[in-house]
Amino acid sequence: MREALDHWTFVTAAYAVGVIGTLALVAWSWLAMRRAERKRDAARGEGKPRR
Amino acid sequence: MLRASCAAKGAAQSERYEMHGFANPARFLRIARPLTAPLLLVGLALAGIALAWGLFCAPAERLQGDTVRIIFLHVPAAWLGMGGWMAIAASSLVELVWRHPLANVVARAVAVPGAVFTAICLATGSIWGRPAWGTWWVWDGRLTSMLVLLFLYFGYIALSGAVSREGASSRIAAVFGLVGAVNIPIIHYSVLWWNSLHQPPSITMGQSAIAPAFLWPLLLATLGFSLIFGGVVLARMRALLAEIQAEARLRRKATGA
Repeated sequence: MREALDHWTFVTAAYAVGVIGTLALVAWSWLAMRRAERKRDAARGEGKPRR
Repeated sequence: MLRASCAAKGAAQSERYEMHGFANPARFLRIARPLTAPLLLVGLALAGIALAWGLFCAPAERLQGDTVRIIFLHVPAAWLGMGGWMAIAASSLVELVWRHPLANVVARAVAVPGAVFTAICLATGSIWGRPAWGTWWVWDGRLTSMLVLLFLYFGYIALSGAVSREGASSRIAAVFGLVGAVNIPIIHYSVLWWNSLHQPPSITMGQSAIAPAFLWPLLLATLGFSLIFGGVVLARMRALLAEIQAEARLRRKATGA
């Protein structure tokens, strides 16, 4: 017996996982970098750490 | 004889210092700062174009139908998951042999994006498996060795984090990174060594069994995601270096130096 599966449901799910995962990784890395560099500059006395 | 030996030792040392000169954090940051954002932006643009091309312009495949479009995410993610661990292994070797100061930072920076892309590869593969094979998961060589790679990444992230927190020798994590590389050829050859639902490699050195209609968006997607990976690694390296520098500064202030 052959299952009638809608291919686009699987394609959409895979793209959602891939795109959301990649964008979350980029956003998290960028924000973590900015936070760490602000903290370093504050330790050097070049700026204030922001929360 | 003694003089020759001393000269050789001196030359090796100066070569090491010269190499360490390239690992100077200030020099690295001068190169990394202007590269991080462009790598991320160009990578996101190329990956976006490739995914749109794959979704809306590439034809449906004769046997797999529309599910073939998952290839444009699944293959770059697999390549980056495996390539990420190769980068960790290479950095670990450089750290163990030459004690390069930035090697440990590179390995730690690669671990998180490597784990994320391995997880994306496993998730998209599982989603693709359901319509293609009739099952979400099967414990065959390729899928299991890829899952082992994800656990290796988790182990490396935990170990290198603990080593850095406790101030222990980073060589422990480097040995783990090097030993874990044993899994990479197992992943690659698993589809040839054992019976598997997973297809054998479609792209080998200079040869491709993929039709050009799928190959070109696939290559563009691989390039785009690789640039994103590079940008994320640079951002993570900058974050790790900034944390080290801030901690060193605070420690110096605390000791009154």
